[in-house]
Amino acid sequence: MRLGFIFGEVGQGLRRNISMVISIVLVTLVSLTFVGTALLLQFQIGQMKNYWYDRAQVAVYLCTDTSPSAACPQGEASADVKTSVEQKLDSPLLKPYIARYYFEDHQKAYENFESQFKGQSIAKYVTPAQLNETFWVKLKDPNKSPIITQSFNGVGGVEEVRDQRSYLDQIFSILNAASLAAIGVAVLMLLSATLLISTTIRLSALSRRRELGIMRLVGASNFTIQLPFILEGVVAALIGSVLASAAVYGIVQFFVQGYLAQALPFTSFVGLDKATLVAPILVGIGVLLATVASGAAIRRYLKI
Amino acid sequence: MIRIDNVSKQYRGASRPALDGVTLEIEKGDFVFLVGASGSGKSSLMRLILREDIPSKGSVFVLGENLRRIPGRRVPFFRRKMGMVFQDFRLLPNKTVAQNVAFSLEVIGKSRAFIDTAVPDVLDMVGLGHKAGNLPSELSGGEQQRVALARAIVNKPAILLADEPTGNLDPATSEEIMRLIERINAAGTTVVMATHDQGIVDRLQKRVVVLSQGQIVSDERESGYKAIEKPTTLAPSLDETPRPAIYEVEN
Repeated sequence: MRLGFIFGEVGQGLRRNISMVISIVLVTLVSLTFVGTALLLQFQIGQMKNYWYDRAQVAVYLCTDTSPSAACPQGEASADVKTSVEQKLDSPLLKPYIARYYFEDHQKAYENFESQFKGQSIAKYVTPAQLNETFWVKLKDPNKSPIITQSFNGVGGVEEVRDQRSYLDQIFSILNAASLAAIGVAVLMLLSATLLISTTIRLSALSRRRELGIMRLVGASNFTIQLPFILEGVVAALIGSVLASAAVYGIVQFFVQGYLAQALPFTSFVGLDKATLVAPILVGIGVLLATVASGAAIRRYLKI
Repeated sequence: MIRIDNVSKQYRGASRPALDGVTLEIEKGDFVFLVGASGSGKSSLMRLILREDIPSKGSVFVLGENLRRIPGRRVPFFRRKMGMVFQDFRLLPNKTVAQNVAFSLEVIGKSRAFIDTAVPDVLDMVGLGHKAGNLPSELSGGEQQRVALARAIVNKPAILLADEPTGNLDPATSEEIMRLIERINAAGTTVVMATHDQGIVDRLQKRVVVLSQGQIVSDERESGYKAIEKPTTLAPSLDETPRPAIYEVEN
């Protein structure tokens, strides 16, 4: 086996089919960038879950005078209600699950509201009395929230018990759907990349049929005959997947860290370390795909 | 060396078989002409000997291999012991004479050192040492066929198959090529040559196997083309025919 000869053949094949090779590179680039983005989104979801689930609390909203009468027939929750909620939270039944809790009165809720909606017109129309007094409960294990929800739902003076994670789950399911869509597009593009590779191999074999005829005649081994074709597909896909990795780095560096992280300073976003995890996966997918596609194409078009 | 045993070859979609019950034995060092009209089965027979095809019936033994049974991955190694030339030369137009010959060694993994000595040697032998750097398009037909012969024998094959090697050449050039093939044969290589060229067959006085409609109709030693004209039945058993002179020399 002479490597110089094999690589010479590969170089010649790539030059001869340059337009097809470029199309393989581009299709692999785009499809693997989609795959990379989907992976990054999954990492982002995981990271946000860690971050937010950790901070997510269960809110026990007490009744106000403006609460809907179905839940709060008595209007504003009395001091007794607050005491009984507090006692229940401190009871041996619930205490083991609770890391800590605190009480937020009308005034505190108003301050938080004001700072949250600062400069927006809604802040002007809200009075402290309209905002619920709330027990914020932080659980040791956020997955045990039903214990709190069940204990306080329907209790007199409690308007609603809400696990904050229910808001987050909506966001995550949107992100999940986005990453599934990206994977779907990627699968279609990878399919077309596979077909492109197999077509290119076929053209390449056709343009080299004289050489192939001679090679078969003089007894070149199947490996020697086939390897240049496989390498041709693999080299093209490798270039595409390296470019896709570069694109993923670019997305993280310039879009996520350069733009999103500045625009939303309180959210933790994926960093370049995640891009470094994604890059070898993309290169691996690219090379594997090219090997399989070229191998299949050769079996069809290069009879020995 | 080559034993063809009651071989038939039926191509898909063909009304009659390309070969029909052919039995033929060729010894080491033999020089055998295959003659017959187009479609008589000469090329089919060559394809079977080179393991380009597998017979529909019967068996083909070449160089101790049963070509029906030989596994696909061993076929390339079998072909390394065979040389083949064609009417249309089949040279690579974008490679020089030397590169054409070297290519056949490169693809079977010969070392650069071996190639660097073997290629000039064989080009000198076919009388083209001075044209090593030329492209095939710069050569005459006879010279191109000599390059093809050089390529076929550079790896010292045991058998040379020649399918109408003089078919595209004028008589004088054909003579040159035949002298070269005779020299290759004299050096110990078994030669099987399909041809239409009556003059060559007459002059060389070698064994002539006549094919017609896929059957051997005559198989005569040291004969000329006249043998073909005679009304013949099926070939006599090989054992009754005398060995050719060359065989005796070789032994």
